[in-house]
Amino acid sequence: MRKTATIISLGIVIILFVACAMLIHPFGQPPADMDDYIIDNAQTETGANNVVTSVVFDYRGYDTLGEATILFTAVTAVMMLFRATKEETIQ
Amino acid sequence: MTKSLFNIPFLAIAALVCISLYIIITQRNLIKLVMGIVILESAVNFFLVSLGYRSGGAAPIFTNVPQKLMVLPVPQALTLTSIVIGVSVTALMLSMIILIYRHSGNIDSEKSRKLKG
Amino acid sequence: MSKIVRTITNLFTPFIFMFGLYVIVHGHITPGGGFQGGAVFASGVALLIVAFNSATVQRYLKEHHLSTIESSGALMFIGLAFAGIAITFFCNVLVGSSIFGQIPPEGSNPGFIWTAGVIPLMNIAVGLKVIAGLSAIVLVMALSSSNVRIEE
Repeated sequence: MRKTATIISLGIVIILFVACAMLIHPFGQPPADMDDYIIDNAQTETGANNVVTSVVFDYRGYDTLGEATILFTAVTAVMMLFRATKEETIQ
Repeated sequence: MTKSLFNIPFLAIAALVCISLYIIITQRNLIKLVMGIVILESAVNFFLVSLGYRSGGAAPIFTNVPQKLMVLPVPQALTLTSIVIGVSVTALMLSMIILIYRHSGNIDSEKSRKLKG
Repeated sequence: MSKIVRTITNLFTPFIFMFGLYVIVHGHITPGGGFQGGAVFASGVALLIVAFNSATVQRYLKEHHLSTIESSGALMFIGLAFAGIAITFFCNVLVGSSIFGQIPPEGSNPGFIWTAGVIPLMNIAVGLKVIAGLSAIVLVMALSSSNVRIEE
């Protein structure tokens, strides 16, 4: 019962994914209006040679702020999981 | 909408996602389950980078670049964020597996299901 | 670990740390930046933990010092984001001014370091954060599986 349900649902998922993979734009010719503006104006507006760094820290800096928060939360959670509890210190 | 039958990178990503979904559904060992989730994260990062490729383009960095045509830079910036999120989630999952093993002695997901005191 | 592994680790670790700091500081000229260079530095710390005992590394690198470095990196990043609050939230105020403010010529050029405004300082802040965070994760997980008590 469990095996047939697994096989049927995975079959539906495979068919849907392959149909979507054929409907996306042809590989190598993406629609690129925003990125053409960024490539043409990144050197004069931000002054950096590296366009990816200027996108990460200047044009989309808010996403980097969210990512730094996620990293901080993960480190705090790992250090909280591994601390010595009260019954281990009394013995 | 232009259709094309031989988008080979996107078909490879569809295969990776289906393999990882099969691993997550059917495996019982917890470490193999974490490996399936990591394969899913890698497939999504690969998809983001391959969406922004222009044929014959160079890397989007102006230091000593040999030509004018460049690849799109915005999907690469989004992939950086996604990789860091994947590392954080993997670290938390592995820490919880260490604690489950200390508490109940085995890492089979069928045997360590019932909540004990 | 054996004598050969410890000798090679003693030889290689300064070069790994120096390469990680180079990738962080030159983030606005060459490929790289804060996150990539921080990951290289943290993998050097992981090599030290594997070659020597994790208790030996913990004597020199305590967790509350790492926590202080990570918090100061995060505060420096938020302070730089608020520096241009007169115009907008993440404004690049140092382009065109004296400290980091040259503008490179158009098109292909060999890179100049003193360009790009606030971006090299943000790279250093994020690099400190990633170094301290990833080293703390690897150190705590290695200590807990060798039955050593972890101080708070």
